[in-house]
Amino acid sequence: MSAPGVAIETRGLDLFYGDFQALTRVELQVPEREVTALIGPSGCGKSTLLRVFNRMNDLIEGARVGGTVLVGGEDIYAPGADLLRLRERVGMVFQRPNPFPLSVYENIAFGLSVHRLAPRREHDMIVEQALRDVLLWDDLKDRLQRSALALSLEQQQRLCIARVLPLKPRVLLMDEPCSALDPIATLHIEELMRQLKRDYTIVIVTHNMQQAARASDRTGFMYLGKLVEFGETARIFTHPRQELTENYIRGRFG
Amino acid sequence: MNPARLRKLKEWLIERAILLSGVFSVVFVVLIFLFLLREGLSLFRGESVLDFLFGKSWYPISEPPRFGILPLILGSLLVTLGAAAISVPIGLAAALFIAEIAPGRLKEGLKAGIELLAAIPSVVIGFIGMITLGPFIKKLFAVPTGLTALTGSVTLAFMAMPTIVSIAEDAITAVPRQYREAAIAMGATKWQTTWRIVARAARPGMVAAVMLGIGRVIGETMAVMMVTGNAAVIPSGMLQPVRTLTATIAAEMGESVQGGSHYAALFAIGIVLFVITFLINGVADLYLHRSRK
Ligand SMILES: Nc1ncnc2c1ncn2[C@@H]1O[C@H](COP(=O)(O)OP(=O)(O)O)[C@@H](O)[C@H]1O
Ligand SMILES: [Mg+2]
Repeated sequence: MSAPGVAIETRGLDLFYGDFQALTRVELQVPEREVTALIGPSGCGKSTLLRVFNRMNDLIEGARVGGTVLVGGEDIYAPGADLLRLRERVGMVFQRPNPFPLSVYENIAFGLSVHRLAPRREHDMIVEQALRDVLLWDDLKDRLQRSALALSLEQQQRLCIARVLPLKPRVLLMDEPCSALDPIATLHIEELMRQLKRDYTIVIVTHNMQQAARASDRTGFMYLGKLVEFGETARIFTHPRQELTENYIRGRFG
Repeated sequence: MNPARLRKLKEWLIERAILLSGVFSVVFVVLIFLFLLREGLSLFRGESVLDFLFGKSWYPISEPPRFGILPLILGSLLVTLGAAAISVPIGLAAALFIAEIAPGRLKEGLKAGIELLAAIPSVVIGFIGMITLGPFIKKLFAVPTGLTALTGSVTLAFMAMPTIVSIAEDAITAVPRQYREAAIAMGATKWQTTWRIVARAARPGMVAAVMLGIGRVIGETMAVMMVTGNAAVIPSGMLQPVRTLTATIAAEMGESVQGGSHYAALFAIGIVLFVITFLINGVADLYLHRSRK
């Protein structure tokens, strides 16, 4: 069990890719309904940590995990843990927008039919709500049957967020969701995150420190597979306690 | 000459050579078609096109000769549809299995096997079909001869399958990993991901694979001549001997008199085959371009 208000908790988390240790004794508590940012230089293990939370690392041959990871208080690496359920509760948005090569409508209905969440007659309504939640409805309501690949990159990324919402996840994982977008689109997505955090816990990986400062409530700084420092975003950026953190946010390496 | 100029000259030469081979391949096709027209059209001085296409009897050396190719068209159609019905589902399923499910070693083994199968000359497959499949079908269905449309379909399915499997497998493997990742991350099972996302994404390539596989079947001559029994009559079922358009040309060309009406009729069959192939390629092209946009 985790303390109340904690969405994700790791205890002594280690992760190995074969012989290479990518995460070392990570201790982390992600609060519910906040935006938590993970920052750090490239290769420090941010994506790896994020992909622990929905066990996407399971797809990588030779990846091994040690320690405990609790999502919603449940040990997700316990023997017999239900992977499909976990991924229903923990949605993921990727670095490059990757809508399915299907229609806009089918992209969103995919999760519903995969998890048999609602009878077909309710799909229209749910699709509309998901598109409204990501502020795409007005743009796309006449183009629901068009291919999602024809959308702009920003719209595609919004659609990728929208398609996990019908699953009613508790957590949204976002791995550098804006790195393929222009600055304006980036601000739009950040605004969207502020709205979504009313209902969802969001963990975002970013190598853009301004983004972390603007959009997140908590920030974790990672370096060489360790979580060096974790705390309120304002505090991390004004009064870092670790010298490494300070050097990084002052731009002395990275 | 300095290296930069030499490189430029090389570029120029290569570009011209590629252009030239492109032009030649078009010119050859046009010339072949013109040749077919020249040799074949003379048939229609004495014969109406409708009688040729829809005539029920093919008696080229009786007096007077009858040149109705309906039995041959139906024979081709029956054998081709049969082969497609066998090879398309099995071929596509095999491609999905090899691309998505088979683990490393098995996958390499299967791919090598498919390539081997593709390399077997069609006469050899026809011969094997004739001496093993024919007697088997004869016994299984208790029919007077094992050389039937069904035998032809099965034999041809073996020839279409390597094409279908290898091209479809390429198309499936080329589906970007990010689609699979997205589906898995949403809690889809392996099967749901494969069937609903990967197979959908690879559909244009799979259609192309089917078209090329069937193209090979339609054009196939030797094997089909060996195993279908070669009876130019309107078929009433899969267990009867039939004769295809291609087999007719191959079997009778040697006996026809150059310039005679039989000779012209065989070329007219060539025109029909050419048009059919052209139409199939056209449809495939249209489909591929439409879904690629
Ligand atoms: N599939 C993998 N196999 C082996 N090593 C990997 C794999 N993925 C990532 N790594 C290594 O793990 C480390 C952390 O990678 P990653 O989590 O992607 O870093 P970040 O997202 O912070 O840039 C890097 O050193 C990287 O080379
Ligand atoms: Mg990363």
